[in-house]
Amino acid sequence: MHAVDGVSFDILNGETLGLVGESGSGKSTTGYCILQLMRPNSGSVRFEGVELTELKGESLRRMRRRMQIVFQDPYSSLDPRMTVGNIVAEPLIVHSVSNRKERRARVRELLDTVGFDPSFTNRYPHEFSGGQRQRIGIARALALSPDLIVCDEPVSALDVSIQAQILNLLKDLQDQFGLTYLFIAHDLSVVRTMSDRIAVMNDGKIVEIGDAQYVYSHPREEYTRALLKAVPIPDPRKMKERKQERRQLQKSLADG
Amino acid sequence: MAALEVRDLQTHFFTREGVVRAVDGVSFSVDRGQTLGIVGESGCGKSVTALSIMGLIPKPPAKIVGGEVQWEGRELTTLSERQLEDVRGHEIAMIFQDPMTSLNPTLTIGTQIKETLRRHLDISKDAARKRAIELLDEVGIPKPESRLDDYPHRLSGGMRQRAMIAIAISCNPELLIADEPTTALDVTVQAQVLDLLEELQASHEMAMILITHDMGVIAESADDVVVMYAGQIVEQAPVQELFDHPEHPYTEALLGALPQIDDASGRNQRLTAIRGRPPDLIDPPKACRFAARCPHASSGDSCATHMPELREIRPGHFVRSQHPASERAGKRVEVTA
Ligand SMILES: Nc1ncnc2c1ncn2[C@@H]1O[C@H](COP(=O)(O)OP(=O)(O)O)[C@@H](O)[C@H]1O
Ligand SMILES: [Mg+2]
Repeated sequence: MHAVDGVSFDILNGETLGLVGESGSGKSTTGYCILQLMRPNSGSVRFEGVELTELKGESLRRMRRRMQIVFQDPYSSLDPRMTVGNIVAEPLIVHSVSNRKERRARVRELLDTVGFDPSFTNRYPHEFSGGQRQRIGIARALALSPDLIVCDEPVSALDVSIQAQILNLLKDLQDQFGLTYLFIAHDLSVVRTMSDRIAVMNDGKIVEIGDAQYVYSHPREEYTRALLKAVPIPDPRKMKERKQERRQLQKSLADG
Repeated sequence: MAALEVRDLQTHFFTREGVVRAVDGVSFSVDRGQTLGIVGESGCGKSVTALSIMGLIPKPPAKIVGGEVQWEGRELTTLSERQLEDVRGHEIAMIFQDPMTSLNPTLTIGTQIKETLRRHLDISKDAARKRAIELLDEVGIPKPESRLDDYPHRLSGGMRQRAMIAIAISCNPELLIADEPTTALDVTVQAQVLDLLEELQASHEMAMILITHDMGVIAESADDVVVMYAGQIVEQAPVQELFDHPEHPYTEALLGALPQIDDASGRNQRLTAIRGRPPDLIDPPKACRFAARCPHASSGDSCATHMPELREIRPGHFVRSQHPASERAGKRVEVTA
């Protein structure tokens, strides 16, 4: 069984590619394969022309520095026994990029960049709310000045008001550092506000990919259409129309 | 008189750290055939409100310290556990975000429905079985007969949610409380479950309380809306009115923070984040609980020292704020005039 099967796409330098799909569609697996956190059985992942699946040892390590990940769950993805400062410093230590003093300065700078009070570096993750923890996770991802960040459902565990803070932050960081994002989420509205292009996954395959605006306004695939029609929009009038369209679509799917 | 009337409900948790004012003076009513949506971010007191109505709060540490829950003219907060058991399931039923909190993993779906039926209704085993099949069919579970003998874990998330709904409606409750019933589901399944709830509500003429953190779900399914913040109602209005003319700065901010799927500006959308986070419910501020995050409050305002009342700003539209949108707009007009 393949979790992901024959998935092909490009991510352009400096863009955000949104990857949407329902749970179990293979979004995270795709992200992990790109980062070589999981090695695909076959296929190719190239980063600036370099074939990652063939890299080993030091050369793989060097490429990994340039690709980072922000996880969904800011509760389980931060080691509860480590201080905030050590969590953010860890990638710097692992890749031995700086001495202690430089590291301390860098950690403060990173925390400041993500809007987290640097005077809390000696505290532990559990002392902070979900949004603050996600900022810590983002600071850690930024530590090695990566080119690509895979954001794997980075706001799905957060309340809307906090979610907006984090989404705005991710956009600002992208502008500031010229980052490239693979933005994975099940929430189509969130992906809409983040992405230049969008890939829709279903059952381990990419069923549709294209310019975000275009995919949302002219979905080519039946699956994408059904997904879009199911998204609740905060407007009771539009919802009434939508519900009718949806029922018709369901009928036509069931009939044919 | 409304089927359910909650008046000035206060449910507190007595913990070592102090008294948590989880629900702090909440009032609303629901009629049969009507859906009241309760919306707010996590920790604002939605679930505790629902559990208080059902008499299901954990005692201790929780206690209803004030207010009334009038159900069909009867006061529920003073009923004994025995009396409450008769009301629950039979007259008022509840469904949860995680079906596994109310489904028993060791019993088949069929057994669980039949048990509920026989607990509340005087019917034979055969009749219960027949009714169970009808119910599974009614909630859209395909091949209901063969599903009777399935254990909950054999069903997909959406099907499990449907099975729980089948149990909830099995005794024809007059009020259904659904607490984040679709939060764990994929959008397509969510849409189906919301459609199902709507159909059932109409066909059974139930009153429904739909609890969610999602304004989209509210827009889709609610007739009237209560917006909660830090244990209190901050705004209350019919659904269209609320979305057309949100008054409370918190409601406005919640709507502004939502990514819009049909916004043509797409990636250039700037979401309005709300700075900070809700106050601690142990010793919450005596002032407006939103004041610290409110973009319109300044330190000299009375809302910085006094809790604003929930007042009727237009017929049927209530708001707890010194700075509701329509009055701010009014001020701006005066200044430019
Ligand atoms: N077991 C508990 N002990 C102490 N406080 C609790 C407990 N359960 C809930 N609370 C408090 O009640 C408040 C409201 O919780 P809840 O109704 O579950 O919020 P919601 O459903 O809106 O997310 C929370 O902010 C929390 O502080
Ligand atoms: Mg809840």
